[in-house]
Amino acid sequence: MLSPVILVPAVLNGLMTGAVYALIALGLTLIYGVLHIINFAHGALLTAAMFAAFFAYQWLGIDPYLAAIGLTPLFFLLGYGLQRFVIGPAAHGEDRNILLVTLGLAVVIENALLYAFRADTRTINLPYAFNVIEVGTAFLAVPRVIAFGVVIAVALALWLIMRFTYTGKAIRAVAKEKLGAELSGIDVAHIYAVTFGLGTACLAIAACLLMPTYYVNPGAGNAFVLIAFTIVVLGGMGSVTGALVGGLFVGVVESLSGLYLGESLGQIGIFVMFILVLLFRPSGLFGERA
Amino acid sequence: MSRQFSAVNRRRLLLSTAAGVAGLLHAPALRAQGAPVKVGVLHPVSGALSYSGQQGRIGAQLAIEEINAAGGIKALGGAKIEAVLGDAQSTPEGGNAEVEKMNGAGVAAVVGGYASGICLAASQTAARYDLPYIVDVGVVDSIVSRGLKNTFRFGPGFGVIAKTAIDNLVTLNEQANMAAKTVMIVHEDSAFGAGLAKLLNTQLPERGFQVLETIPHPTPTRDFNNVALKIKAQNPDIVIPANYYNEYVLLARTMQQQRIRPKGIYSVLGGAASSYKFVKEFPEAAQYIMDCNHWFDPKNPKALALKKKIEDKGEFYTYEVYMNYSCILLLADALERAGSADRAKIISAMENSTFTGHVMPYGPTKFVNGQNQGAAPVNTQVIDKDIQVIFPAAFASAKAVFPMPPA
Amino acid sequence: MKGFAPILVVLALLATVPLITSSNVVLNFMVMALLIALVGQGWNLLGGYGGQYSFGHASFFGTGAYVTGILQMRYGVNAWAGFIIGIAAGALVGAVIGALSFRSGLKGSYFALVTLAFAEVLRIVASVAPITGAGVGTLIKLDLRSEAFQFQSRAPFYWIVLGMVGVSLILTRMIEDSRFGAYLVAVRENEDAARALGVDATIVKLCAMTISAAITAAAGCFYAQYYLFIDAGIAYGPWISIEGLLAPIIGGIGTVFGPLLGALVVKTLGELTKLVTGGAPGLDLVIYGSVLIVVVAFAPRGIAGIFVDLRRRLSGTRGRSRD
Repeated sequence: MLSPVILVPAVLNGLMTGAVYALIALGLTLIYGVLHIINFAHGALLTAAMFAAFFAYQWLGIDPYLAAIGLTPLFFLLGYGLQRFVIGPAAHGEDRNILLVTLGLAVVIENALLYAFRADTRTINLPYAFNVIEVGTAFLAVPRVIAFGVVIAVALALWLIMRFTYTGKAIRAVAKEKLGAELSGIDVAHIYAVTFGLGTACLAIAACLLMPTYYVNPGAGNAFVLIAFTIVVLGGMGSVTGALVGGLFVGVVESLSGLYLGESLGQIGIFVMFILVLLFRPSGLFGERA
Repeated sequence: MSRQFSAVNRRRLLLSTAAGVAGLLHAPALRAQGAPVKVGVLHPVSGALSYSGQQGRIGAQLAIEEINAAGGIKALGGAKIEAVLGDAQSTPEGGNAEVEKMNGAGVAAVVGGYASGICLAASQTAARYDLPYIVDVGVVDSIVSRGLKNTFRFGPGFGVIAKTAIDNLVTLNEQANMAAKTVMIVHEDSAFGAGLAKLLNTQLPERGFQVLETIPHPTPTRDFNNVALKIKAQNPDIVIPANYYNEYVLLARTMQQQRIRPKGIYSVLGGAASSYKFVKEFPEAAQYIMDCNHWFDPKNPKALALKKKIEDKGEFYTYEVYMNYSCILLLADALERAGSADRAKIISAMENSTFTGHVMPYGPTKFVNGQNQGAAPVNTQVIDKDIQVIFPAAFASAKAVFPMPPA
Repeated sequence: MKGFAPILVVLALLATVPLITSSNVVLNFMVMALLIALVGQGWNLLGGYGGQYSFGHASFFGTGAYVTGILQMRYGVNAWAGFIIGIAAGALVGAVIGALSFRSGLKGSYFALVTLAFAEVLRIVASVAPITGAGVGTLIKLDLRSEAFQFQSRAPFYWIVLGMVGVSLILTRMIEDSRFGAYLVAVRENEDAARALGVDATIVKLCAMTISAAITAAAGCFYAQYYLFIDAGIAYGPWISIEGLLAPIIGGIGTVFGPLLGALVVKTLGELTKLVTGGAPGLDLVIYGSVLIVVVAFAPRGIAGIFVDLRRRLSGTRGRSRD
């Protein structure tokens, strides 16, 4: 099992899978880092985005990579609206209420999808989805290589936004010190909504990257939630770099533990790591001390 | 229609009325004339198993429609079957609660359950009320080994499925001059996959195969690249998958991507291996895949008529549909022979049932300890975008292609 | 509400349910509701009174269920003994997780997430370990005798789970009135201040967690006896963790009756939505989720909170309420 013939492809696979995880975690980490809420609805929103990507292909014939261009702003607005008009007002600022509201949202979204689109698994069959790039002994599927590239680009873009734009700075200000930010004239409710919107926009992109190789049904997004949480904690809540590096790292860990322990038990590797990070370095690799 | 009240007719009318009244006084069964027979139809139509649940419900409902259209249960004076639908919500608690409600609604029997866990809980609850319970799919052996008199399983259990699968694999191999020696098993890690893998692991070596590795995976599994890597590295002659639809699709696609082409992919209770949906959506990945699974009798005109009906509705003809369809027909037959909607009589009627009006390749039903003895899976293979039966010979519609020709 | 009188009244009223109705549909519904209430009682002790929100109470539920199931099926242990041992095992798991988490100073969301992770680890292990039956699960043999903690009729099950809920209610009230309870609330309100006053916050939280785990494990043992089948997803799955926190939060966090009230409301809501929407899959849950959001929006302190507000308004006082 230690032979490089298997090891190298496994690591490469892990990196590519991890990239998509990282993108999903990016959304979550922004939402957590700024709003300090654990977004229970993240999985359901991902599922909704995947359905959107599916129908864009099914009904409009748009390739998912192109569909991302349209879906990203759409889901940004959806996220903005949800936070501004549903979650924010309903929660009255109490943590536990936010928890319940996002939980309620998750139930509503997932079951609305079930009611509207039934339970069948839908897939997209792209002509180039089975093309591979050969790197040594590894066969790298083209859609996954593209996904890797796109995620790096998105992470970079987000980092630049956070660093250099006014909105980005406002977001960081609110994350650090809400009262102070408010006092200096920042519209906190708006910033919260923008952040949530950015989070859902990330999901839209992730959905478009997943659809060529994955599938969608009303429960599909849930499979990614726990892993996304792990990455958020590992990378440090609120850290874009942390989510990216954490995602790649978790992808590789998952791949290697799956290789050595079997797919079922291998899942344990992620959670054990999760627990260890929480117990010994809760602020994560790149986060600020809790 | 006008009536001519001639003297003759009037007398006839009087006589028939008198006879009718006398009949009413002497035949208590006629008291129930017309009152519908309620039947509980239980499936997980929401939650993780919703697709299968919905398909099962469709099958059951179609059967009920057909029976009612053909005049209902004749022995009960043409009484129609009234479905009491229940959503098990993909959990045993859900199934349990629904059976309680169905019992409260006065059903004569319950059909369905689909998942083993749900069937176990629901049939047990039904047993408290001596309510007949017909299991549609649930395969774990413990369903029929608890000594519950009310529980009947129409389809095969694990033990039979594993044995048939291995017997047919051996035959297949012999026909191909022992082309295959090594095997790898990829299974999902809950009741069905794990139970099956255990049986395969004991029996395969006894029949001359070498199991290189057994790989369990959770449902859902997001990625099969590592599994594919292991398969590629060890290069087994045959890959045996046993998992649900989504994971099967991912595995098959990943194997295609990684250019893995064993001599045969021989699935046992494969989620997608004998699914028209899979074949339609991924014809290249599906080509030559074999499955040992529930399947309808391809030579039965009723089965084919049902297939057409389902496909005309825009649905896929999946095993949940025709197994539930058959179970309802089986129940209707029991009702006819019992001549009553009384639960105890239905149970007795089921116990000595020899029903042939179903659409499965099982022969007449015969229940021993609740298990239908004739129930068995068949082997199918995807050949040129269609699914053919390759074993047993009595139901075969094509010859097996094994080993798989190179890509 | 002071004293034990209200608790005894409520228990007495609930105890008459099997005498009033013979409908097993109702009894079954009530048993499930009380089971969830019990899990909620456990959660509430740690989360409501202690302020430590756990997302992984399934760890204790599942341990109770599996321990009693495995002891009966593999070692021939008596069901009642298994029940007690299951509770002890659950409490032990709680103590271990608590010790690890609290010693590392985990709070708030971090604590919540680590409990979630522990539950997942247990679930994964249970799904592959031979002793739990791995994927196939553990089936407890049908043996309708009271010595085997199984009953022909639903009523004994109902009274037993009601009794368990009753014990937890009384226990919660006792803790509320005790010094330990005061320490617990102090830690919840301001841990640093509590420490400064000499309260050993870690030990307090640990005790709360252990008791909380024991209560939830009891619910798990009961589940095993009632349904006779468990697998990794049922025992350690997120469903029970979520239901367990939903009930107290909806009903009124940090109150004695909150979990019971919340469980009844939530379960009734589930049934009502099913009735209203009939057979359409998913629609009932859409309504359920929407109602949840609306309830939170208009009753942010839970249903018991509504009562407290009402009372305050009626009595005209503007002073601090004992919440």
